[in-house]
Formats: sequence, C-alpha cells, structure tokens
Amino acid sequence: MLAEETSKDTLCYGGLRQLVPGRPEAGVFEPVSPLARSITDLFVVVMTLGALVLAGVTGTVVFFGIRYRARPGDDEPAPIYGNRRLEIAWFVIPAVIVAGLLGLSIVTARAADPPTTGTPDLVIIGHQWWWEVVYPQNGAVSANEIHIPTGRPILVQLESIDVIHDFWVPQLGRKMDAIPGVANRFWIQADLPGVYLGACAEYCGTQHAWMRIRVVAQPPAEFEAWLQQEARPIAPPATALARQGQALFESKTCANCHAIDGRAQRPNVGPNLAQLARRETIGGGVIANTPENLARWLANPGSIKPGSLMPDLNLTQQEVAALVAFLDGRP
Amino acid sequence: MTTALAPHGDLALTDREHRLLAWIATVDHKRIGLMYIGAGLLFFVVGGIEALLLRLQLAQPQANVLDPQSYNQLFTMHGTTMVFFFGMPVLFGMMNYLVPLQIGARDMAFPRANAFSFWIFLFSGIFLYASFLAAGGAPAAGWFSYAPLSEKPFSLNAGQDFWTLSLLTAGIGSVAGAINLIVTILTLRAPGMTIGRLPLFSWMALITSFIVVFALPPLNAALIALAVDRLYGGNFFTPATGGSAVLWQHVFWAFGHPEVYILVIPAFGFISEVIQVFSRKPIFGYSFVAGATVLVGFLSMSVWAHHMFAVGLGAPLDTVFALTTMLIAIPTGVKVLNWTATLARGSIRFTVAMCFVLAFLAQFTFGGITGIMFATYPLDWQLTDSYFVVAHFHYVLIGGTVFAFFAAAYYWFPKMTGRLLSERLGYLHFWLAVAGFNLTFFVQHFLGFMGMPRRVYTYPDLPGWGALNSISTLGGFLFGVAVLVFLWNVLYSLRRGAIASDNPWNAWTLEWATSSPPPEHNFDLVPPVRSRRPLWDLAHPEEADYRSAEAGGERG
Ligand code: HEC
Ligand code: HEM
Ligand SMILES: [Cu+2]
Repeated sequence: MLAEETSKDTLCYGGLRQLVPGRPEAGVFEPVSPLARSITDLFVVVMTLGALVLAGVTGTVVFFGIRYRARPGDDEPAPIYGNRRLEIAWFVIPAVIVAGLLGLSIVTARAADPPTTGTPDLVIIGHQWWWEVVYPQNGAVSANEIHIPTGRPILVQLESIDVIHDFWVPQLGRKMDAIPGVANRFWIQADLPGVYLGACAEYCGTQHAWMRIRVVAQPPAEFEAWLQQEARPIAPPATALARQGQALFESKTCANCHAIDGRAQRPNVGPNLAQLARRETIGGGVIANTPENLARWLANPGSIKPGSLMPDLNLTQQEVAALVAFLDGRP
Repeated sequence: MTTALAPHGDLALTDREHRLLAWIATVDHKRIGLMYIGAGLLFFVVGGIEALLLRLQLAQPQANVLDPQSYNQLFTMHGTTMVFFFGMPVLFGMMNYLVPLQIGARDMAFPRANAFSFWIFLFSGIFLYASFLAAGGAPAAGWFSYAPLSEKPFSLNAGQDFWTLSLLTAGIGSVAGAINLIVTILTLRAPGMTIGRLPLFSWMALITSFIVVFALPPLNAALIALAVDRLYGGNFFTPATGGSAVLWQHVFWAFGHPEVYILVIPAFGFISEVIQVFSRKPIFGYSFVAGATVLVGFLSMSVWAHHMFAVGLGAPLDTVFALTTMLIAIPTGVKVLNWTATLARGSIRFTVAMCFVLAFLAQFTFGGITGIMFATYPLDWQLTDSYFVVAHFHYVLIGGTVFAFFAAAYYWFPKMTGRLLSERLGYLHFWLAVAGFNLTFFVQHFLGFMGMPRRVYTYPDLPGWGALNSISTLGGFLFGVAVLVFLWNVLYSLRRGAIASDNPWNAWTLEWATSSPPPEHNFDLVPPVRSRRPLWDLAHPEEADYRSAEAGGERG
C-alpha cells in the first residue's frame, strides 16, 4: 500500500529531468564543478591502472591454468623455490605505482578540498532525519532543499545536532561527515544550473534512508531573488480556513518544534516551515510536496516515514485541511 | 576409546549421552576445532538468511518486505554475525584443528583454555541472538556501532547492550585462543620443524594470532567504555556532555582494520597450502610469503584512520594514513604474484579445491584493487559509505576469505572425517558460487558510483537503481543455493562419501602423515622433519628437499 503510493510520488524525480539540463541522478562520473571533476579525473587514472593489473593477473592465471594443466602421465614437475630478483622486482614496481598514486592523491586532494578560509556561505546542520540549511548572508533558514548560485565555490560549514551524519552530493564535490561537537568546513560548487541529488551517507538511525538532499543550482540573480524570498515569514493567512490553521499551529503544539518565521533558527526540532510551499519534497525526500501529500503527512507522519521524530498529533481531517491551507499558502 | 567410555559405574549414561559428553567435555584440539567450524557454519546460515531478507527488501525501490527498524537490526546482526560468529570461529576452528597436526604436536599447549575459548565464543553468540527477545529488540547501530548513535539517547533498546557485552566476552575468548596458538607454535613443534620450515598455513596462524592479541584489547576497552556510558551514565563518547564522538572511531578502527587481516590472513594460509599441492610445486618464494605477511601484521596496526577520511581529520592526517595504507597494500598484494608464479611449470589438477583457489586469485585481486581506490583518498571522499564499499568488502570477505575456506573444506575434509567430499556436487557448488557471488556484488560498484548510500532500508526509484538492485538480489539467492549445495555435500559425504586414504592428495605436510581422521593423540610416529616438505622427502629420497638449502633443507 504505502510502497505503491510513495513510488508514484517519487516520479517527481523523473519529471524533473525534463525541466532541468543535466541529469539530477547522475553520480560521480558526471561532475559539474572543478572540485568534483578533479576527483573524477583521478577515478579514470586509478581505474585504468587497476584494470590493467587485474587483466594482467587474471590473464596470467588463466594462461598458466591452460598451459600447465595436468596431463595424463605427467611426472612430478621440477620444484622452483623462488627467484629473489623477480620477487624484489615485483615488490619495487608496485611500490613505484602506489607512490605515484599517493602523489596524485595529494594533488587531487588540494583541488577537491582547498583550504577553507573565509566566512561560510551556508551552514548545514544534520538532524535525525533531515537537514537544516542556514544562509548567514541574510539569516534565511530552509530544510533538505539547498539553493546555491552557480559558478562559484560555496563554503559550507557542517554541524550536527544529534548523531553523525554525512553530506554527499556526488556531482558537486567531496562528502563530509557532520559530527556533533565539531564544525567541519568544505567547498561545493555547481557550474551548471540544475538539480543535484544527494543523501546522508553516514548511517544515522531508523530513517537514514530518507535523509536525502536536493541541491538546486541557479544563476546568481535568480538565486538572490530566491534567497530574499526565503527569509520572509510565512504568508499571512488569506482565508478563514487558513486562519483556523494558524490558530491550530499554536494550539496543537506545532509551534514548539517548528518555526514559521523564515529567519528564525529556533525552535528547530523540526524544519522551518515559513517557505515550505516552495520546496519540492517533504520528509527528507520521502514524498513530493503536494497539498494532498502534505495532508497525508500531517494526518500520520509515521505511516509515510516510520520512526520519524514528528509525532502523530491525532488531527481530525478538518484540522489537517486547515493546517494545509495555512502552511501551503497557495489559495 | 569407546570401551573407556562405555556406560558403567554410577554415571549410568546411555551410549548416546556418552557420545554427547565426549564432545561437550572434550579438550582435544580436533574436536574443539570441529565444534568451532560447525558452530561457525550454523552462524553462517543464520547470517546468510538475514542477508537474503535484506536483499529481498532491496530488490525493488520502496518495497515493503521489512520495516526500517527490522532492516537496520538485520544488517547489524548480519555484519556482526559474519565477522565475529562466522568468520573468526571458522578460521579459529581450522587453525585449532590443523596447527598441532601441521607442526607434529599432540595437542594445543593449553587444552583446557582451548575449550574455554570455544565455549565462551558459543555462548557469546547465543547471548547476542537472545537480544531479539529483549526490550526494543536486536541491536541496530551497525557492526561498527558508531557513537553517539550507539549511546543511550539514540539507541534505547537493550539489544545494544547485548551487542556490547557479547563482543566483549567473545573478544576475551579470541585473545585466549590466540595466545594458545602462539605458545603452541613456538614451543610444541616436532624435532626438526624449525620456524623456517613451518608450513605456510601455520605461519599465517601465528601471524593472525599475534594480530588478535594486539587488536582485540582496544576493542574491549572501547566496549567497556561504551557499556559504562550506557549503563552507568559515563561520558566517553557523548559530545553533549563533554565526550568525543570521534574517539570511538579511532579506538574501534584500531581494532577494526587489523580485524580484516585477522579474517583474511588465514585464508592466505589455505591458498598457500592448496595451490602447492594441486600444482605439484612448492610455493614460489616461501620466505617472501611468510615475511611479507609479518610485515602486514605490523603495518595493520597503523592504518586505522583510512576508515575515517570523511571525518575531516585534515590534509596531514589523511595523507599519512593514505601512505601507510598504500604501504600495506604492497606486501598484501604481491602475494598474489607468488601464488600465480607457483602455478608456472606445474602440473595443475583442477580439483574443486583448486578451482576455488583460482577463483580466489581473480576475485581477491579485484577486491584489492578497489581497496587501493579507497587508499587514494580523494576517491574515498566519493566512495566511502556508498554501495561501492559494500561491494568492495564482500569481494574481499566472500571472494577472498569464504572462497578460500571452501577450498580448504574440500582439501581437508578427508583428513577431518576420513571421507572425501563429492567432487561432482563440488563443481556444482563452485559454479553456483562464482556466478551468484559476482552477480550479487559486481553490480553494487555501479550503485555506489550512482550515489546509493549503504545501510539504507530503501531508495528512491531513480533510473537504473531498481534494475541493478534486482540483479544483486537474484545473485544473492543463487549464492544461497550454492551454500545449500555445499552443506548438502557435507552432510551427504559424512555418511556416503568415498573413503579417504591417509594422504589422498599426495600432499607434503605432516597432517597427511597420520591416519584420516587422526587418532586422539594425533601421531603414532612423527616422520623426520628435515625440510619444509617432510612427506615429499619420504617419497622422493633422491630429490629430497632437505638436500637443498633453498628448499629450507639441511643444506645438502
Ligand atoms: C515534537 C516536535 C514536532 C511537533 C510537535 C510537530 N512536528 Fe512537524 N516535524 C517534526 C520533525 C522532527 C520533522 C522532520 C521529520 C523528518 O523529515 O524526519 C517534522 C516535519 C514536518 C513537516 C515536513 C517538513 C519538511 O520540509 O519536510 C511538516 C509540514 C510538519 N512537520 C508540520 C507540522 C505541523 C503542522 C505540526 C502540528 C500539527 C507539527 N509538524 C508538529 C517535529 C515536530
Ligand atoms: C550471499 C551472501 C551475502 C549477501 C547476499 C550479503 C548481503 C549483504 C547486505 C545486503 C548487506 C547490507 C548492506 C547495507 O544495507 O548497507 C551486507 C552487509 C554486510 N555484510 Fe554481507 N552478505 C553476504 C555475505 C557476507 C559474508 C560472508 C560476510 C563476512 C564474512 C559479510 C559481511 C558483511 C558485513 C561486515 C556487512 C556490514 C554490516 C554493516 O553495515 O554494519 N556478508 N551484506
Ligand atoms: Cu543522517
């Protein structure tokens, strides 16, 4: 049941492909930044070398297997106890190869993970099981969906509220752990506008699977416009139903966990909902953000994302409708 | 023997009870070895069923076979079982059985401590599985139980405490077993069996045991610290109250990386023995294989942080640990060349055991190369914690260790039981295993490239993900069938297998100089040991190894 419904919903990923250039689901071999590209180039070198070694070893094994297979009437073959010179050679040759790889690693590491000086463009905080996204520039706060301007490196500061998480968007750059008590910094970049998918890569508990990341890279002007918008508080309720939703948001304790002022970082037990309507998915990517899905989520988050830390508040259908009207903002 | 155990006196036991008692109360290294192997195989089946359940859930995107918590419990139990309750016990069992025979000893140095090691392992495993009945169910923090996820606020279930205590006691048993093996090898060798003539499997057992002695204590220290945190409100690994989350990783991997060598070095021993006998040639570069492995043993203590490249330790530390990892790759990898060179100019017999060895060579090389990719740490920044890792370590653990164990099983089964395993069933087992294993894990490399993280109970329906996962599941079940064929072969051959002679493969090490199965005291007479291949010397006095210094003999 659940499976059927949710898999239909994730068709939104497929739909996206027609809207944006590039393939949002592409992995490490379709980098869109110099940071990620440096790693991809190293992949090509190491995998080529590896393929040669593998072909050499298996080829020799197969050749010996055929050439020296036992034939009826074989005598015991003469023993060969070793060959010092050969053995030294095959110690030294791999040593040279790995020394080369180490050199390449150091060079690539510089390109993929340059020194992290300056003030962060983005502060990302891992929560069980969603990402809080803060823009120090104007204080805007979002969740799971991260907008960045194209064409320049973005300095990210990564933190965690609870357990260890890991931020990984393969097309944009390296992955990095989000560790409680530690502020890790690293760079990401996208040269092409588009949507880039990623996920939490460090196992972090029950819903580790649905702690996905969507990075939306936009041309700088478009991004600036988005950012201004993102910092605004939730739209004032326009209908009676939405006004009722606003009241419920207080009375049903939603406000204890969620902020609805776009700049408010507290409370942050759950995602900031001020600009929820503009996000593509809810629940860390588990379903598409449509009014119907939002209603399903509010009616019982655990049926969509079992184990989620958002409680089931036993809302009536009418209350759900009112909250959707308030949060979704689309009249 | 049987008469001594015949029911009489106040015990008044039935025959059947006597037979049971003969196993339960035994201090004979062979029986203890067999019990280790038997219990390990049971855990292998349980861990395998868990794996197949995981694969069923992953066969389709957003499937509903397992709920998330069950998935997380099952992968934790699968990993923990395979590492601690299948891998280590089966290898310990083989070492227990074979080492005293290979060195011409009557038993292990400390037979009672040996029994202690076995029983504590068995009860630790049963204790771990009892967690399914505990409040909150089995542990679910993964086989490396990263803090603070494994700490009380995030894992309230008692299962996590079962996990901690079970590994703690199992670890004590392993250290006792390892000390026992070390003392046995160092002090109980037959006259003439110098260290330089030790069969390679016994060499590998010696090195593995040293690694166990040095690697398990850090784990046990970490486990005690975790238990103190969880049960008595300590703060070792809880950042919120002044602990360090990264500390757990350092200490755990100080054990965890040597652990993978504990799981693979005995496999090197299996390969070294079997490949000699079935290519009818002594190993190419004996001292090199032994010496390189000693080097691996030392270096294995210095590479732990290569599991932590994504932690953000900074460039200097990343570089140092990449360096040590590259260093250890050399002595580990080039042994493949020694084995390959052993084939040259041989007379290769494609027995089932040999087929597993040849498949090992290709698969282990493959797993080694993907390992080098992780040592090239910018690649690790993409690959770590993705499905590429799952593929890599299963290539090493199954393609390497499990395949080597299968080779060893076909090779030593006649010695242990007096009957040969069926070669016909064996070839079926072999081809199913090769196909199933590679189908399961080869495609997972691509899932890693595409961005699929490991340890996820489900995944979005992105292009290609469902198809590759379905193939992987199919392969998993094929491998499951291969294991069933193997187990059937064992049960069938125990009763109906062809009777084995003392030395059915014309092998050269001492275990083949006694009857199959050996008597309780192992040898009536240990043949003279004047080189590395005492039985070759007996059969070919004119071309005896002891005439050649190169062959470890007495210098002509
Ligand atoms: C105890 C704290 C708590 C309360 C009370 C709570 N939530 Fe949540 N909520 C959360 C958490 C935590 C999440 C993130 C769940 C996840 O993705 O795993 C969440 C997620 C959501 C989301 C999805 C946001 C997104 O971007 O994915 C919506 C919408 C939401 N809550 C609305 C509400 C409403 C409306 C109420 C009141 C009826 C409410 N919540 C009450 C904690 C809470
Ligand atoms: C048919 C055989 C096997 C199959 C199909 C299989 C499958 C799997 C699967 C599906 C996972 C979980 C992946 C994830 O969600 O991240 C896993 C994890 C693991 N497997 Fe296996 N496996 C098999 C045999 C083995 C063997 C023989 C070993 C060891 C000797 C082993 C060791 C591990 C370990 C250590 C983990 C990691 C657990 C963790 O992440 O905590 N597996 N395996
Ligand atoms: Cu996470």
